[in-house]
Amino acid sequence: MSALLILVPFFSVLILNLPLKGIRKLAFGGAICLSLLQMAAVFIPDSAFWKINPHAFGSIFSFELSADSLSKVILFCIGLVSFSALFATRQTLKESAGRFNFINIILIAVAGMNGVALAQDIFSLYIYLEITAVSSFILIAFNRDILGLEGAFKYILLSGVATVLMLAGIALFMLIAGSTSFAVIHAVLLNHNKDFLISLGIGLFIVALFIKSGLMPFHGWLPDAYTAAPAAASVLLAGVVTKIAGVYVLIRILVSVISFSPAIKSILLFVGALSAILAAIAALTQSDFKRMLSYSSISQVGYIILGVGSGSVLGIAGAALHIFNHAAFKSLLFINSAAVECQLGSRDIEEMGGLAKQMPVTSLTSIIGSLSCAGIPPLAGFWSKLVIVIALWMAGFRAYAVIAVLGSILTLTYFLILQRKVFFGKPNAEFKDIKEAGFSLTFPALILAALIIGAGIFTPFILNRFILSFNSILGG
Amino acid sequence: MFLDLLSLILLVSAALWTVMTRSLLRSAIGLALTSAILTVIMFKMEANLAAVFELSVCAGLIPVLFVSVVSLTQPYTHQEILERMKSMFARFRLLPVILIGIGLILVLLGPHSQAKLPLPESGENTRFILWHLRQLDLLGQVIILLGGVFGVEVLFKERKKSA
Repeated sequence: MSALLILVPFFSVLILNLPLKGIRKLAFGGAICLSLLQMAAVFIPDSAFWKINPHAFGSIFSFELSADSLSKVILFCIGLVSFSALFATRQTLKESAGRFNFINIILIAVAGMNGVALAQDIFSLYIYLEITAVSSFILIAFNRDILGLEGAFKYILLSGVATVLMLAGIALFMLIAGSTSFAVIHAVLLNHNKDFLISLGIGLFIVALFIKSGLMPFHGWLPDAYTAAPAAASVLLAGVVTKIAGVYVLIRILVSVISFSPAIKSILLFVGALSAILAAIAALTQSDFKRMLSYSSISQVGYIILGVGSGSVLGIAGAALHIFNHAAFKSLLFINSAAVECQLGSRDIEEMGGLAKQMPVTSLTSIIGSLSCAGIPPLAGFWSKLVIVIALWMAGFRAYAVIAVLGSILTLTYFLILQRKVFFGKPNAEFKDIKEAGFSLTFPALILAALIIGAGIFTPFILNRFILSFNSILGG
Repeated sequence: MFLDLLSLILLVSAALWTVMTRSLLRSAIGLALTSAILTVIMFKMEANLAAVFELSVCAGLIPVLFVSVVSLTQPYTHQEILERMKSMFARFRLLPVILIGIGLILVLLGPHSQAKLPLPESGENTRFILWHLRQLDLLGQVIILLGGVFGVEVLFKERKKSA
């Protein structure tokens, strides 16, 4: 029963805040259990969870929700990234009351993101997007420092613009279709595809999602928000929040509501290529660890959009696979940056050097994350990038396939620079007494690194089945 | 037609005032005014329940937001407010003209659409829609409010600590 994925985090927050002695101590363990259960439920498609009768709790919770292959990939990513972010709170948020509130907000964000992944109605989708956005503002501004407030303010401002555009788009769809259900709008749009109002609605919606995805040239808020947010919030934002709020919704709207047209494909390919290349070049010039990762995120989202822009089943499957891989390696890299920041008290990579000896786990896992992000075989990132490039080539967008490969080379370049400056190269005497980060940061890093290697090894065996499962999404 | 146009002009003016004024208090008043005009427009369009929701949400939530914002910011002096408002109006004086221009262009171009406006809702129908068809949205709104409560709680607590 999909509704439990929204109801359980919501009721958990309510229960955790009951005035009962000792209940607050359950917050971390409870939230970790929820994230693990969510991953297990998705990983076992035939589990009893999906077979629970939606009317089992009476008519009050009988929501219209559905989970296809794409939704399940996203639900798994939400579980995985929230698991990592929760562990990161243990070391990066020292004050227990603050940590408790942070965990509550993560649970609210999880309920919102699960709602987005499961919604079958464009207005419900909008509401759950807003839950995700509201919890993100709070997470970014959590430390109440000037940079955090500035980052949150920029996010609120641009997210507000996106919201207005999205609502206007929804209003136009509602006007034409008389319903907000994906299926009904899709059926109506097929018959009225030349209508000016429909084109306007589609245009407004797509621009709103470009803003939410942080794609170039709508990326202004993203580096500030990711950099200024507390480490655990950065993990959640970069790993999954913007991927869901922007990229997943874009894919969902394209495959379930709007359908691909040559014009939409051209726009997606252009914006995707622009983001993949320009953000990678911008990442090359950064000296702040988190800021470099933020630009890297924009570049990788560009990659995902290139896959979507191919308009084929293979491209969509590649994009979904890259969303999963990005959730794993970017969460890992943000955890690495949190470990370095916690131990050194700085994010300036120009000041660092030779940390590989003092922080072996962080160094090793960051190499795995970086190489996966750059698409080096046999790590997980290689397969998703390969599928995207092949999809572009097969769809006849060969120039974009070449651009995608160039983007990967740039990614490798800035990650090699990062590795050399932070973990290798000349050690900084100022940091000679630095030790490895605590268990709360090394444990999720090891889990994510193992997942990246494991997924890299096993992807070839399941790739065909994975791609075939996307046939039904595009009606193939 | 005249009343519709007047409501529209009032709505846009109040919204612009809300955004452009540098005083939080005036901005709050502007927002309340915008919401009130929007409510009148909704009533006029026979969207009675939507109008009630607009009024109640704005009346309930906006003061909470503004109290939290006021508590987190340093107030400007009266002189500073005047100077900043002058600069804002100078910078954005063309904005209303541009908005009206875009509106006129759209009207003159006369985009053709086969869309038909949905019928106004009846009270009974809306109740059924809200409690039977849009349960998921209602739950979502409860979760948003819960998120807002946590936001205010987190920000106020920090404020108390630093005060």
